Amino acid sequence: MSKIGGFLGRRVVKSILVLFMIAIFNFFLVRAAPGDPAEILAGQSGAADAEYIEKLRQDFGLDKPLTVQLVSYLKDVATFDLGYSYRQQAPVSTLILAHLPATLVLALTSFAFALLAGVGLGVQAALRVGKWGDTVITTLAMLAYATPIFWVGLMLVLVFSVQLQWLPSFGYESVGANLTGFAHFADIATHLVLPTVTLGMFYMAVYARLTRASMLEIRQLDFVKTARAKGLSERTVIMRHVLRNALLPIITYAGIQAGHLIGGSLLVETVFAWPGIGRLAFDALVQRDYSVLLGVFFVASIVVVVVNLLTDILYTLVDPRIELK
Amino acid sequence: MKNFFRAFCRNKGGLVGLTVLALVTLLAIFASWIFPDSPWDMVNAPYMPPLSEDSLLGTDTLGRDIASGIAYGARVTLVLALVSTAVSVLVGITVGAIAGFYGGKVDQIIVGFIELFQTIPGFFLAVVLVAILTPSIGTVIFAIALVSWPPLARLVRAEFLSMKHREFVEAAVLSGQSNLRIIMTQILPNSLSPVIVSGSLMVASAILLESALSFLGLGDPNTMTWGYIIGASRSVLRDAWWMSVFPGIAILMTVLAFNLVGEALNDAFNPKLARKRTS
Repeated sequence: MSKIGGFLGRRVVKSILVLFMIAIFNFFLVRAAPGDPAEILAGQSGAADAEYIEKLRQDFGLDKPLTVQLVSYLKDVATFDLGYSYRQQAPVSTLILAHLPATLVLALTSFAFALLAGVGLGVQAALRVGKWGDTVITTLAMLAYATPIFWVGLMLVLVFSVQLQWLPSFGYESVGANLTGFAHFADIATHLVLPTVTLGMFYMAVYARLTRASMLEIRQLDFVKTARAKGLSERTVIMRHVLRNALLPIITYAGIQAGHLIGGSLLVETVFAWPGIGRLAFDALVQRDYSVLLGVFFVASIVVVVVNLLTDILYTLVDPRIELK
Repeated sequence: MKNFFRAFCRNKGGLVGLTVLALVTLLAIFASWIFPDSPWDMVNAPYMPPLSEDSLLGTDTLGRDIASGIAYGARVTLVLALVSTAVSVLVGITVGAIAGFYGGKVDQIIVGFIELFQTIPGFFLAVVLVAILTPSIGTVIFAIALVSWPPLARLVRAEFLSMKHREFVEAAVLSGQSNLRIIMTQILPNSLSPVIVSGSLMVASAILLESALSFLGLGDPNTMTWGYIIGASRSVLRDAWWMSVFPGIAILMTVLAFNLVGEALNDAFNPKLARKRTS
């Protein structure tokens, strides 16, 4: 038990270290950029008046030595003070917290879609290896793997919103509909379909290929022969013995996917006007509201670090062979 | 070598990929010959659909030719993707070789550093970098290279770790060769094949990354790119589908081609594995 405790402790310390490094990186990035840090953070396009920029300069202590600036910056970040958005007249952390739930919902549905569809397709391909069903699935996965996700989004809008008019193409609810209860829930769900498929498509392909490959490998191992020799039905052999073991590498990928989902949300939320932190970051990008952009980057990193920590823990629980070094 | 080519040519996907890449490269080289006007010039009426006179793939909101934009975009895309991949391969090999060859403390520090980079959401990092350092060809290459090198460094490190104690390396150590010489003439040439394979896959992801950046408006403002055309088409999707469809197909085909070539190279370098996989 203490072994697990020590392992957890080390992983938590490492995660905090990563966030610490990202904060330092943000600090130096703004100062490495051409121009005055205060003007960069205020927004270069002349949105801020001279008085405000002067106030920022004092807040940052830009006249003080760099180390003093860094320490006070890290203190701010540690207390989740990520600066103030002059454009939106609100603290950055407040803006981010307001937009975070929408992104988490989208990321979770995309993850579920990628996992279920990907593993399902991978299993089907592995069961039909060499036949046309396998060829179709493998080809589709290859294509999905090579398609830019923002383009997938636009094409889905063209087909399902513009042409067929089945699904809404932007926002998270129908504007002005004032729905309540189940109707409201169903409305949000229909708005979620296209963004979910768009964001999940790439990893669906990854999971399909991974599941197929690892099932084909495991199928040839001795314990599967034993299971067959015991007279178990093919279905039981596949589901209980092959698939269960084939799923292990997928947990590793789930951690990697977290970063991809957060990065992809920037593109997908831009295409679908989904009101999450990705959209917030894009608007900040367009308006050169860099304190918001850096804040979203930092919070996105926190999300990824936490998910990685959780998958590491999950992995050690699922696979007892892993040593708690 | 002969066997290698034969194995590569047996792979239909690889041949298709190579053909597509050859076509895209020709398009990029002869862009200014096929389309003498600048892709930024208004050459036709706005919103002309595909197959209209003088504009095979239609025109955009300002009457700029989409086909011309795709041809000039091929130049930018290929150059950016190849240069940024070259940079990240160089960094990856250097870092990975040092970690794998020297081991110990050096290795621990480098591995920690690689892990750090792999936990940072890469695309976000690239966006923040390019936005704040202002978009230009240089910053885009820098950003793509910065987020792409860690997996390659891991790969090279693993190769070096496994080669370090092989007889031919120990022989070189005993014969008194310098570390640098051993790395360059003994270990590196023997671990190049996985590097070449992941290099071609890295070009594919560099193209995806570059097109996503220019889609968001973070490309060099003076270059016509595929992602830029799609980004500009977003607001007129309902009126001009061709503006987003064709450049997207260009990205898809090129990325797919690099992936197919990468897989074919992998199969050709590991003929035994390849045969096992298809049987």
